[in-house]
Amino acid sequence: MATYSTNEFKAGLKIILDGDPYSIVENEFVKPGKGQAFNRVRVRNLKTARVVEKTFKSGESVEAADVFEKDMQYLYKDGDFCHFMDMETFEQLPADAAAVGDAGKWLKEEDVCTLTLWNGVPLSVTPPNFVELAIAQTDPGVRGDTSGGGIKPATLETGAVVRVPLFLNANEVIRVDTRSGEYVSRVKS
Amino acid sequence: MWERGILEVDVPILSQAANTDPNLEPMACQDPNGELRYLHTSPEFAMKRLLAAGSGDIYFLGKAFRGGESGRFHNPEFTLLEFYRIGLSYRDLMAEVANLVEIALEDRVLAIREISYRDAFRDALRINPHTATVAELAVAGGERGLSLDTLQRDQWLDLLMATTVCSRFPTNAITLIYDYPASQAALAEIDPRGGVALRFEAYVGALELANGYQELTDGQELTARLDSDKRCLLDQGQAPRPIDQRLIAAQCAGLPSCSGVAIGVDRLLMLATRAAHIDAVLAFPWARA
Repeated sequence: MATYSTNEFKAGLKIILDGDPYSIVENEFVKPGKGQAFNRVRVRNLKTARVVEKTFKSGESVEAADVFEKDMQYLYKDGDFCHFMDMETFEQLPADAAAVGDAGKWLKEEDVCTLTLWNGVPLSVTPPNFVELAIAQTDPGVRGDTSGGGIKPATLETGAVVRVPLFLNANEVIRVDTRSGEYVSRVKS
Repeated sequence: MWERGILEVDVPILSQAANTDPNLEPMACQDPNGELRYLHTSPEFAMKRLLAAGSGDIYFLGKAFRGGESGRFHNPEFTLLEFYRIGLSYRDLMAEVANLVEIALEDRVLAIREISYRDAFRDALRINPHTATVAELAVAGGERGLSLDTLQRDQWLDLLMATTVCSRFPTNAITLIYDYPASQAALAEIDPRGGVALRFEAYVGALELANGYQELTDGQELTARLDSDKRCLLDQGQAPRPIDQRLIAAQCAGLPSCSGVAIGVDRLLMLATRAAHIDAVLAFPWARA
């Protein structure tokens, strides 16, 4: 079992606390002049995304978490699982609904996503920053109608709902920023 | 220093002896014959030898080294201003330190407050640090999100002091904490009547800046404390450290009654320049030296 000592603590380090994988967000070394030294850390639970504070005596050891990020290609969805493929080994991994989370509404086959893996099991899926998706359904916009602020809702091929300018119609492809969920531009085919 | 007739001394940074405080990690270097010499964690031992030899009031401005201490306010290689005043009580030295800090931070208006260790804890946590049990300290810690299992009494006091107590000090004030628990005396006199160590610390806001003592002068008591440190190192499984026999000899020959203080110069510079991290006041911090 690999361990880290408190003097190796830094932001981004992955450790196990109470059986869960955490990432260190912030590490503060605290020491009264001639006394015991401590490390006060803020850590993010990689399963729940909650951030908590913990204090360690300097010199203590914690278990290292086998957590790392990997780019994988989205293949298909089968029931509750989304299947991803390692593009080098062609090995496939299923990610459950909890791991997929919000990314599910942006996934299009063959998109390359970043997966966070813990002991080889997907903990979370991050879609690409930008995706190009076709509009599946939207009401036709009436030219000059500014009552809705010049935008209207559109349902994309993946089921995501995004606000788009009035001039767009079904079957047109748009570029969306997955981090904000906002329309960026029309994609000319 | 000039105004007060305090002589500057330059003492060796390397010694055959090492500081025995179990909470400090002295760093060593090796000469070509394989002999280990230790980098001083402060110039205290050498300066006391000079005081015993009749130097009069002295100060040292230079480097000190403490292994494993890196952080926003720590660099393993750092700068201390340490000085000793013969015949001055530690309470008077406290006022002198406040005056020095005011001069160094002349563009800030700083209040000066003196408060005992006991009162600082009572204000912040409503417990008496000299009598509270480990269980009571653990409860106080737990209420403030500090839940550790295996801390001993002094460790709890250190943690609470460094987090909860000093975070309540006013930002624009020099806070002088005096009369520490006897268990945290290091080389300060212990008041036989009150059972407290005649030790003080100076903070600016929540930042610990200086540590001072009514210096222990008795050679036998010094020997006993160093032996106690030695046993503690053994119990903790730490490597043994060579005890400074020359300091013991000097103190047995006679150390004049004096008080002394060490001030963290890098931190003083951080305050003067409003730096957020000690790296900003170092030419090259530890990671890039």
